[in-house]
Amino acid sequence: MSHSRDVLLGLAVIVLVGVVSLRFPGFAAPGSLAGVFNDSAILIILALGQMAVILTRCIDLSMASNLALVGMITAMINASFPAFPIAGLIVLAILIGGLLGGINGLLVWKAGIPPIVVTLGTLTIFRGLIFVLTDGQWVNAHEMSASYKAFPRAEFLSTPVLSWFAVLTIIGMAVFLTRAPAGRAMYAAGGNPNAAVYAGIDTGKTRALAFVIAGGLAGLSGYLWVSRYAVAYVDVAGGFELDVIAACVIGGISIAGGVGTVVGCVLGALFLGVIKNALPVVNISPFWQLAISGAAIIIAVILNARAEKRPGRLILERAVAAPVANVSRSSAAQRGADSA
Amino acid sequence: MKTTRRLWLAAAVSAGLIASGSAQAEDVRIALVVKALGIGFFEAAAKGAEEAAAELGDVEIIYTGPTDTTAEGQIEVINSLIAQRVDAIAISANDPDALVPALKKAQDRGIKVISWDSGVGAEGRSLHLNPSSNPLIGNMIIKLAADHLPDGGEVAVLSATTTSTNQNIWIEEMNKVMGDYPGIEVVSTVYGDDLADKSYREAQGLMTSHPNLAAIIAPTSVGIVAAAQAVSDAGKAGEVNVTGLGLPSEMAGHIESGASKSFAIWNPIDLGYSATMIAYELVKGAEATAGGTISMGRMGELTLDDALEGAMADPFVYDASNIDDFKDIF
Repeated sequence: MSHSRDVLLGLAVIVLVGVVSLRFPGFAAPGSLAGVFNDSAILIILALGQMAVILTRCIDLSMASNLALVGMITAMINASFPAFPIAGLIVLAILIGGLLGGINGLLVWKAGIPPIVVTLGTLTIFRGLIFVLTDGQWVNAHEMSASYKAFPRAEFLSTPVLSWFAVLTIIGMAVFLTRAPAGRAMYAAGGNPNAAVYAGIDTGKTRALAFVIAGGLAGLSGYLWVSRYAVAYVDVAGGFELDVIAACVIGGISIAGGVGTVVGCVLGALFLGVIKNALPVVNISPFWQLAISGAAIIIAVILNARAEKRPGRLILERAVAAPVANVSRSSAAQRGADSA
Repeated sequence: MKTTRRLWLAAAVSAGLIASGSAQAEDVRIALVVKALGIGFFEAAAKGAEEAAAELGDVEIIYTGPTDTTAEGQIEVINSLIAQRVDAIAISANDPDALVPALKKAQDRGIKVISWDSGVGAEGRSLHLNPSSNPLIGNMIIKLAADHLPDGGEVAVLSATTTSTNQNIWIEEMNKVMGDYPGIEVVSTVYGDDLADKSYREAQGLMTSHPNLAAIIAPTSVGIVAAAQAVSDAGKAGEVNVTGLGLPSEMAGHIESGASKSFAIWNPIDLGYSATMIAYELVKGAEATAGGTISMGRMGELTLDDALEGAMADPFVYDASNIDDFKDIF
């Protein structure tokens, strides 16, 4: 079922690229598309983290603030100790991000506070901590070391390292969510928490783990973001958590939990990435741009919602009924039986 | 913490009193009150004030301010300055209204009060010194681009949001003077919403849609930094010149990389210098009147409008020759 939706979304992305290249022919060139992927890399990484959380029927609103806080910390470390190796900085970013995510996870797991409330709180707390750390000062390009800025731009197999981070995250999450018991547990914990408990899955722990994963990926993105734009300040990635959630929703990750694929999530992020990169080149009035990107999101979600609507299960088929009305029903029953 | 800060302040004030007691009686004592001590921008302004004092000879500068940017802190400072019977107060205010009563009290005691950088209500000061004016800024941003394009060329504007008042006024003022820059064509105006990622993408889009683009004008500090980074990443540093309004500390790296040849913002040293000069003139009997002028030494003359406000000068241009002197200041 979800495979056909991924195919549809993939087609939608291709059509979108086609429409854009009607107005701006250079857009579909391989180099340009690679640029779009590279630009969407951070969104993809964050959306995959968010996906893990949403699968468990939770939500993480604090990802962009986590990104900004960890990004600022890495920038400050780099500015003060330029000799600190970049690899160590990246590991540190993932660890700090994971720790911040763990705070969310523990509050949801042990304190039993609804995730939207917890992460709404940490969204502001993390952002506020940046202010405490910096007094509102920026860390600027000339204060960062050359290697700090160069690493995500370095090319391996003629593809920037930033893109490779996204590729590795995609592969890692795909393997984790489809092969690892802890990954499968996320689907179970969100799809039917009660049944999951009977199956021996600790839903609270699973949720906490999802928050840690989301936090770690947000921390990684923090370094990547600050390095890409070569500036760190309090408002870095302000409001970006909504883009991340939008990417998940477009990608068919059900907000009700338990449903979604890594492919869908990546396509959702790419769909947004294509729109973001297309709008500046298609020469549309800036006043219309916001409305257009919002409309595109809603259309994608409507299409998804239609595909997602679970056909009702008909247990007892009425023997004699109006034949015309029954066609759709029986086919629905058929599909319901198939998916079961 | 609050009390220790108060104690510290009291100690500083009494130290100031003792120091002022030893100063020569005929010196004009001008207090430069800033939003908070320890901010690079204001330290630089104090440097300018000292320069003016050295030029004038019979001026003593009292550089002071609260330890954090609060109106209450500034009111305490003003009250202590009144007690010290200074001749003039030049203030960059933390609040336009809250300081008015204290400043009125100062004026009642014969102290000349002006505001600079960040103004106070008209009844609290004789005049307000703006670092620049909208027409001057509008002219400067296009001039910055045109100065490096002797043969003309295509330029684009990367603004903040579509509703940012300041940026819209500056762009409007820029369009008014386009006739003075023949051959310069503004091909597009885009909006980066003061978000680093959107500004970066818009700058990329400008370079893709306009292959002959020679300059990007970004009159916003987030936009100019993001555009410069986009130009560097596209390998077009030196080809596309990113200019506009930015802070030296934020732009130093991009001046170095060559993505930006020059940009502008107020010069705090000039601002402190001019504020001191004006305060001195007022103490010596000059009157602040609508339409009147007051001398600012090497900065020329300040012309006052009906609201008794005046603009000091064009924004100051920063480039490779002077960026190192300013990047650690603000």
